[in-house]
Formats: sequence, structure tokens, C-alpha cells
Amino acid sequence: MGGVKVLLRNPKRELEVPGPLGVLALLEQLGYIREAVLVIVDGTLVTGDATIADGSGVEIRPVVSGGATGPAPTGSPR
Amino acid sequence: MKCKVCRRPAVVDVRRHNAAFCSDCFLGHCRAQVERAVKEHRMMGPDERVLVAVSGGKDSLALWDILLDIGYQADGLYIGLGIAGYSQPSGEHARAFAAARQAHLVEVDLPSDFGYDVKTGAAADRRVPCSACGLSKRHVFDRAALDGGYDVVATGHNLDDEAAVLLGNVLRWDVAYLARQRPVLPGGEGFPRKVKPLVKLGERETAAYCVLKGLDYQVEECPMSAGNRHLGYKEALNAIEERSPGTKAAFYNGFLDRGSALGAELCQDEREGLHPCPSCAAPTTAAVCAFCKLVERAGGDPRRRIPVTAL
Repeated sequence: MGGVKVLLRNPKRELEVPGPLGVLALLEQLGYIREAVLVIVDGTLVTGDATIADGSGVEIRPVVSGGATGPAPTGSPR
Repeated sequence: MKCKVCRRPAVVDVRRHNAAFCSDCFLGHCRAQVERAVKEHRMMGPDERVLVAVSGGKDSLALWDILLDIGYQADGLYIGLGIAGYSQPSGEHARAFAAARQAHLVEVDLPSDFGYDVKTGAAADRRVPCSACGLSKRHVFDRAALDGGYDVVATGHNLDDEAAVLLGNVLRWDVAYLARQRPVLPGGEGFPRKVKPLVKLGERETAAYCVLKGLDYQVEECPMSAGNRHLGYKEALNAIEERSPGTKAAFYNGFLDRGSALGAELCQDEREGLHPCPSCAAPTTAAVCAFCKLVERAGGDPRRRIPVTAL
């Protein structure tokens, strides 16, 4: 079969891993923390216990964002 | 996994709740969490006019969508920051959402409306870009809300944002910042009321909400935020959360329950030194407000009008 095509973000790039495999195994293999990403298989959101079939397309979408969320600067209370 | 509510196959697991949800039940869960936060913290009434701070990212679009679904009269305000490769697609996501929901989007563009962008502002004022960005956004949101006659500004700060800010404030024991880290900042003395209706939802939940609702948001991160301190705090908290689900919520909610009362007096004291900035009339404790200083140093004009129609 064709393996599992994986789309990664920030920056956007693609790679391929042998399938089938579990969601948690894929995240561990690629060094992702579960809390920090969503896993979307063939356009559908999946839970951590899902198995990814060979030939599937997977997106690992990071959810951690943030920059200007800190407190207000001096001279401007908010 | 099965949905905790209806036992159909689940699509999202939320480990801190030890639960999984199908699409419909998850969307209902998100809406319920927002309604709970609004009620618990008395954020706003059903007839109040809300200005949602919209970046085009997952949190602000999820927030705007949920507030509209609940029935709030919620307009959006998008600020173009002039960040190459990022601001343009972000604005497109905000505009596309507004068009799809037939909602009103106010737009302010820092380069064309004030004569500077975040990068030049940061360099001129010797700040990191995230600090210049936050300062600019706060000023423009405040002014737009007051000029436009809105009752309240709603921002998309979620549980992860608040837990990360709390960790930073605690690591430095910054009591003044801790005092004002609340889900509601009251209005008055030149400030609009500000609320954070997403404080009961993690950012994995707001992202999942957008995916399941089909809301197209800006997935790629701001290039200027890479490696900032706030993201480092989130990484640390997520590493703990991975081992002990629920830690972030316990940390933040424990602060709200037991820690935030400490700062009430400090918050009040801080407002006592306020006066209008001679340049733009925004409240400040300094001779000239931080926003005017930054814009003038960057060669812009802080007194330009924000294109908000007063009602």
C-alpha cells in the first residue's frame, strides 16, 4: 500500500509513514504532545484511540497559539 | 471512544474532563461552557452590544460564532498589523466569516490608519514585537469600543492563554499583573468593560470547534511570535498536562477561586493615578500614554480617527 501521508504545519510540509498505525503512536513517533495538536484523518477529526489505515491522508494541526497576550505595559494599566 | 452524552462514535476527546464527544454534543459543550462563563462572571447582559476582538484565528472566530449563535448583538473588529505574509490571510479569514454570518466587521489598519506597523513600532519603541502588538491592539480596541458606543469588548483569551499568563505572573510574582488577571475587567474611567468568555475552553477545544463547524481560520502562526516567552510557558504547561490532565484548569480556576481576591484593592489603587493622555485622551498614568509614544517614535500619527460608526 501507499503508507500514510502526513501534513504538518508551521511550517507546512508533508511526509509519509508506514501504516496502519494508531494516532498516539503517530504522535509519539513525530514527537508531538497530544494536548498541543488535533489529528484530522481524511478530513475528519479523530480521537486518540483511532487507528489510521494505510493509504490515509492525515493532518496534524497545532493548536498552540499566542503572542500578544501578556499583561499591559507600564503607563497603561490595561 | 463513545460520546459521553449520546453514546454515538466520538470525534473529540477532552482529557481534563475525562470525556469524549460526537460533533453535535461537542459543539453544544463549547456553547454551554461559554454560557457558563458569561453567567458565572456576570460578563454581559443579553441586550448589550458586544465588540469582538477578531484576529482571524481559531479563538476569536469560535468566540464570535458562539456569541452570535447565543443571540448576542456582536460586531467584530479586525486590526491589520502590517505583518508580511500573515496580516493579509488573517484579514481574509475574518472577512470571510463576517460575510458568511452576515455579521458586521469593523476594520482598522495600523499602516494606513496610524502610519506604522508592528515591526517598525517595536523597533522604534525598543520592545519585542508581541509587546508592541499587544499595546496597539489594546489601545485600538478600547478606543473603537468607546467611540462606537459598545457596552463591552470580548476577547478570545482561552484557558490555555490565561494559565500561561498566570504562570508567567507567578514566576515573577508580579502582583500588579496578577491583580488584573480576571475574566472581567470593569469599564469606567476611559476604559470599556472587557470580558473573556472562552476561559472555560482550552485552545484544543476552540480549534476543534472551528474544524467541526467548518470555520476556516488562520492556522499558520504569526512569524513574529516564534520563540516568545508566552509560548514557552504554554509548552511547559502542556508537558505537565500530558501527564496530569486537568492541571491547567485546576491552576487557573484555583487562582480565580482563592487567589484573585488578593488583588482587588491593588486594581482600585492603580486607577486612582489615571488621567487622560494629552495627545489621544486615553487613560494613562504617564505624561503621555504608551501608545502615543510608540506611534510617534515610529513616525506615525496616534491621533488619527478610528473608522467606527457611533450609535
